[in-house]
Amino acid sequence: MTNMAEDLKAEAPFIGRGLAPTPEDRRRSQRKRSTREQNKRTTDVVIYAVLAVLVLALLVPFIWMLSSSLKENNQVLTVPIQWIPSEFVWSNYTEIWTRIPMMGYLQNSLYLAVIITCLQVLTGSLAAYGFSKVRFPGRDVLFLAYIGTIAVPWQAYMVPQYIMMQQLGLTNSFNALILLQAFGAFGVFLMRQYYMTIPDELCEAARIDGLSEYGIWARVILPLSKPALASLALLTFVNTWNDYMGPFIYLTSNRLWTVQLGLRSFVGQFDAEYAMIMTGSVISVIPILIIFLVGQRYFIQGIATSGMKG
Amino acid sequence: MTTETLKRAPAVHSRGNRKQARRNTLIGWTFILPNFLGFLAFTLIPVLAAFALSFMEWTSFSAPRWVGLANFQRMMQSDTFWVALRNTVVYALGHVPLTMALALVLALLLNRKLKGIGFFRVAIFFPYITSLVAVAVVWNMLFSPDTGPINQLLHAVGIAEAPGWTSSSDWAMPAVIITSVWRDMGYYMILYLAGLQAIPTELYEAAEVDGASPWQRFWNVTLPSLRPTTFFVVVMLTVSSFKVFDLIVVMTNGGPGRATTVLSQLIYQEGIGEGKFGYSSAISLVLFVIVLTVTVLQFKLQQRRER
Repeated sequence: MTNMAEDLKAEAPFIGRGLAPTPEDRRRSQRKRSTREQNKRTTDVVIYAVLAVLVLALLVPFIWMLSSSLKENNQVLTVPIQWIPSEFVWSNYTEIWTRIPMMGYLQNSLYLAVIITCLQVLTGSLAAYGFSKVRFPGRDVLFLAYIGTIAVPWQAYMVPQYIMMQQLGLTNSFNALILLQAFGAFGVFLMRQYYMTIPDELCEAARIDGLSEYGIWARVILPLSKPALASLALLTFVNTWNDYMGPFIYLTSNRLWTVQLGLRSFVGQFDAEYAMIMTGSVISVIPILIIFLVGQRYFIQGIATSGMKG
Repeated sequence: MTTETLKRAPAVHSRGNRKQARRNTLIGWTFILPNFLGFLAFTLIPVLAAFALSFMEWTSFSAPRWVGLANFQRMMQSDTFWVALRNTVVYALGHVPLTMALALVLALLLNRKLKGIGFFRVAIFFPYITSLVAVAVVWNMLFSPDTGPINQLLHAVGIAEAPGWTSSSDWAMPAVIITSVWRDMGYYMILYLAGLQAIPTELYEAAEVDGASPWQRFWNVTLPSLRPTTFFVVVMLTVSSFKVFDLIVVMTNGGPGRATTVLSQLIYQEGIGEGKFGYSSAISLVLFVIVLTVTVLQFKLQQRRER
């Protein structure tokens, strides 16, 4: 059993395959290495230069954000542009915590993101197992209903959702957002796409070995689907962390606000505090940057999978 | 959205009779149920309710009442609706082709084996997962009419009358489009990269043997092979363009005046802001029909091209 699982892991790479070099890449570079070594080196240098300039240009907004966050307000929008602060105002990063309840905002965002991610991953992977490995009447129709709602723009049903939450007395509470976002069809879809690539023979063998369906899910499928679970978890976490409209609609009291709402309100109230606004922006982006750097492989795989199979 | 056929899970064992089938149904449902309950209550029912609501009059102050097409009639006569529809279409016309073209160029540039290429890909992708508020706030400052870096750059290259961007009703929409293109192109670049890497090497080898120039190879091998990816990218981009919402709310809030008001925002304002549940649902039905029509149309076009 274990052996089989190990073999499969080696043989069935994640469908998106990440962005490994293609045979085309390899072939091209091998031939060049043998015959046109010098030529290749020159092209490489040119390409590096082009890419470096390009990426630098695309990252200007981030560079600007970081540099402005370390300035005085009146140095942010100067003529000519000051790319490096003449004097580093580190105190922006200590003052912001007292200017707005940033810590509370971060906690709220974290709370929502963690709860929603856990629920989404758990219920999503369970449902995906039901949709891909258990056969029963009506299953495929049900799955079509899931897919169908992915195609409906969320904005088209936000009003009925809102009325419902109002009736349930859940507006202005985290529970509204958790209920609305934790059972998304997308998670089920992403996990099912992955489970479909796991051969049924594996489940069949486990069944013969006497494992129950729940046992198969927990001990065969889950361990095999770690990359997909990671993709789903990371995508859900980042989406929830970055979500603006959900909290904007449902969270009215300041003590419930997420980082995004807090930052937006700060901008609205003190629109001339350029430096502090940038400091807040940097702080709101840092958690995402860390998560992204740790799990970038899974982000890209998740997108390639759900994207191309969608 | 998926065109993949639903594969069959293993058939019940041959001895498996009705009892086994019933057991399977039970087991299947226990797996699906935790998610399905939430999905049913908070997605499926609201979706269906939205349809029904568009034919009713229901505000926060009155009980629901069937009014037939009255909401749609009111909508047709509403100036704001047409402005929002026009703005949404303008946004899509800018956002879709620009994002697609840049994503493809980036993917072509980055589809090679070089040390550290991963870093470039990741850096270009990063804006897509950066929080929208931060993105909107930074770009708003970059776009500052008088002293913003973008207009300073334009002055430097000799454009004396640089646009007013978000403070001008003519330039607010282009500013929003530029920001959203910057934000989204990394995502579509990833899709294109996956598409490029799925092209069989043999095709290029054959083309090379036939003496095709790099340009010819691009036109006759790369582009045709990318057609499924391009189709998918166009559908995704169009749908997301018609749904544009949060970027606008944070960046311009529909202004100046109504210059960047879009359909989603109108739904929000009428439905949640003013409590006109029926009327706002009618607008959302229009949004849904537009998205659906565009998707179906593109499917048809794609099919015809393949034949």
